[in-house]
Amino acid sequence: MTIILDPTQLADSLAGGVIIGAAASGLLFFNGRIAGISGILASATRRGAAAWQWAFLAGLLAAGAIAGLAGQHLPQGLTGQSLPLLAGAGLLSGLGARIGGGCTSGHGVCGLARLSPRSLVAVLVFMAVAAATVFVRRHVL
Amino acid sequence: MIRRLTAFGFGLLFGLGLLLSGMTDPDRVKAFLDFTGDWNPALALVMGGATATAMPLFAWIKRRNRSIMGDPLAMPSQRVIDARLVVGSAIFGLGWGMAGICPGPGLVMAGHLAPGALVFVGTAILGARLAECLPRRRAEVTPVYSGTQRVLP
Repeated sequence: MTIILDPTQLADSLAGGVIIGAAASGLLFFNGRIAGISGILASATRRGAAAWQWAFLAGLLAAGAIAGLAGQHLPQGLTGQSLPLLAGAGLLSGLGARIGGGCTSGHGVCGLARLSPRSLVAVLVFMAVAAATVFVRRHVL
Repeated sequence: MIRRLTAFGFGLLFGLGLLLSGMTDPDRVKAFLDFTGDWNPALALVMGGATATAMPLFAWIKRRNRSIMGDPLAMPSQRVIDARLVVGSAIFGLGWGMAGICPGPGLVMAGHLAPGALVFVGTAILGARLAECLPRRRAEVTPVYSGTQRVLP
């Protein structure tokens, strides 16, 4: 095992994290809502969706659109993956997040910030399973 | 209208944070999850930085008990740690580890018109529909994101 420490990446990740935390806090402060993206996505695509849910999702999409317009290239790690694999991963992510009541944003950011024991368990479980999945695919198969 | 604007604005900010953080690059995510290989711990700072920022702010907002617009806070009401939480999170972890992408970054990259991200988001919605077909626990109450708002006790 080797540890890769890239100062630029570390700074960007920390800054990105602070921005994400500020955005989640802003949504709670102004809208009284938790920024749980899988939950918002699921609700927004059901009958009776609220307008704020679509607005929040549109904001996320707009961030990507801005990156595209600014000429940022799609990461190789995304374009290099097969569509069937991404379809399977999407299905499992959507299914699991709804059964477990949240994903990396709802449990990971907002849940931990609320000091929710439920979210701590969820984060430990999905981190462990995700790490095991990467381990199996990279070092076993 | 103001609520839509603020929701859009914070969605945009959230998305820009994800882009800057590296969470939208599946290679970085997998390098973070690969503890036994060439481990890149950078993404730990995303959840760490986000939680450290949100924790005091959430505590302050919860003490106010209402949003600045006067709306009650729609906080998750579930407290139980049960099999659904563990199994669901495990299934989610499997999906996240397979592709190195989760729903937030998936939506951002869908806005970037990455075909893979569009497929990912489409099937994630399908997965959510599938989860809604599963039997629910009797104790389970209205989902947090339904139209009805939940006031903090």
